[in-house]
Amino acid sequence: MNIQTASRLSLLLLLAPLGLWLVVLIVLPHVDMFLISLHEKTAPRVFEYGTANYTEFFTEPLYWRTFTRTAVMSIMATTLTLLIGFPVSYYIAKMLRGRLKSFLFLLCLVPFWVSELVRTFGWMILLRESGVISNVLQWVGIAQGPVEMLYNDATIMIGLVYTSMLFMVVPLVSTLDSLDDSLVEAGYDLGGNAFTVLRRIIIPHAMPGIVSGCIVVFMLTLGNYLTPVLLGGKNSLWFTEMIYTQFITRFNWELGAAFGFLLLVLSSLIVWSGLKLSRQTLTETMG
Amino acid sequence: MNDTTDKAATFDLECRNLVRRFGDFVAVDDVSFGIPQGDFFSILGPSGCGKTTILRMMAGFLQPTSGDILIKENSVLDMPPNRRPVNMVFQQLALFPMMSVGENIAYGLQRKGLGKSDIADKVRSALDRIGLPGSGDKSIKQLSGGQQQRVAIARCLVLEPAALLLDEPLGALDLKLREHMKIELKKMQDKFGTTFIYITHDQSEALVMSDHVAVMNEGHFEQIGTPQDLYYHPDTAFVAAFVGETNRWHGRVEQINKDGIKVVTADGVPLLATSAGGEQHQAGAEVDIFVRPESVVIATDADRVSSMDNRITGDLVSILFNGANSRALIRDRQTGGELDVALPQTGEFSHLKRGQEVHLGWGMAQAKAFAALTDSGTKEVGT
Repeated sequence: MNIQTASRLSLLLLLAPLGLWLVVLIVLPHVDMFLISLHEKTAPRVFEYGTANYTEFFTEPLYWRTFTRTAVMSIMATTLTLLIGFPVSYYIAKMLRGRLKSFLFLLCLVPFWVSELVRTFGWMILLRESGVISNVLQWVGIAQGPVEMLYNDATIMIGLVYTSMLFMVVPLVSTLDSLDDSLVEAGYDLGGNAFTVLRRIIIPHAMPGIVSGCIVVFMLTLGNYLTPVLLGGKNSLWFTEMIYTQFITRFNWELGAAFGFLLLVLSSLIVWSGLKLSRQTLTETMG
Repeated sequence: MNDTTDKAATFDLECRNLVRRFGDFVAVDDVSFGIPQGDFFSILGPSGCGKTTILRMMAGFLQPTSGDILIKENSVLDMPPNRRPVNMVFQQLALFPMMSVGENIAYGLQRKGLGKSDIADKVRSALDRIGLPGSGDKSIKQLSGGQQQRVAIARCLVLEPAALLLDEPLGALDLKLREHMKIELKKMQDKFGTTFIYITHDQSEALVMSDHVAVMNEGHFEQIGTPQDLYYHPDTAFVAAFVGETNRWHGRVEQINKDGIKVVTADGVPLLATSAGGEQHQAGAEVDIFVRPESVVIATDADRVSSMDNRITGDLVSILFNGANSRALIRDRQTGGELDVALPQTGEFSHLKRGQEVHLGWGMAQAKAFAALTDSGTKEVGT
């Protein structure tokens, strides 16, 4: 065996676990899901192929409205996370040095030491009618009676931004870290003010970080189940809830699979148009 | 130039009693100087001497602890960097990689609020002047190191600043390109007529390009003068040691004659020298004696140097051949110290062999004695 075939073989062996993982856990289930989504029930345990599940989605307003709502709210949550995360990241990456820097970075990570379920219950303890904030407001005298802050869109938004923050801050800090301070100084030196330096130098430099942060946050938000269900309750439907209901409660795997596929198409479409709008490529932002 | 010599002159840029402390550390210690319009002014000093701190204070990125900075006779201390009429060329150039070459040059002009066609004209003429016509749409990465250098300078010069601040901009280039850029920078300064303030630790950069050089050490200026002044008439031992190549002896003054002093080194070698730096050394004072390699006469025949004030017999250690700048390293027989001697350009000594006996001699006037340096930066010939 010569060296060339040997090195090709070792490359194949190294790639094997990744390939296996992709095929067994991602590709195969999705192929199966797609096939299931094309099943039409004609009689108990009798199916034929057709697009009835997809037609049902478009004809039933509850389905596609929840779908659009989820997409719009995910985009809003992503934007909000970016707006809050950017100054935070800039502060960590550029203003701080040494131990304080790693300490603040660690602080962003600390909430992830407890499970998402517990974190969400934490928010519920704060925001519910008999919760901490409601009691404080009554005690101070601002509110006359108990205030219910759970089960609305604003609460979902808070929860989503909170759970996503780390995934925005990490890529932003690493791209901002690589921004040479002298570029910012040169921006000022040549007559720029804070706004022009931000617009012409800092943001273009951080663009790969912004886009990759946004993609990750958007995907996580769109596919989030726990936060919208617990904080939104019955007043705020999330599309993942619909998928769950079809699979588990209604036992309608065919429609659930169709929903799952639509969600996949939607997220791919939005990420693709986001990349086109920001003139970035996937390899550039993820590489 | 120096405000003690010419008080009436107006300066493009002036620093008065500038002090900057970082905690207990004094980075810049009471520095005053003025730079006339169109001057190429260098601040030369070893790394960590505070020269970059001065430059950053002029640019406005650092506030002085005390003292004043004046541009065209107006104090600029309250002016943020983006409004100061000085521009800076950074050590790593800091060209904006997210913009094209043309956009880099246009950036400052846009900030001034110039019209689109005006900016396009200025960018085009700037690119012509730096020898890169038609490169406006190229990305920064497509340019070579020297071309990037020129763009970084042009980007500042289109703004017609009162002074251009350059922070060791040649440091990142390789040797050959650096030699070339030295000449190019000097030409560019002539062409634009802008005042240049150039920071460097490389004495040859400072000597070749500058009209005036300030030698800086541990936060203060040792001497300000023309390159010739610094080389031939250093004021302090530090300047004598730092600027140019030199041989150094350390010793004690034994006797004061009417035109010189007699110094005896620790090895007991007597040397004749002249007091320099405006000091008159007393008998018993510790001094450093500096002799330039080109002041030493080298001969194979003892008679050729017999009339010289100082004479040494030594063995050739090696010849450091470098064309017209070739030098010989010679070990003193008596003390074992090594001397650096310039070889005449005629090539008559090119046949010298290792270990051969040579005779060295130099005049008293070429040996300059300064009060001893506390911290010896250069190696000594013998003690």
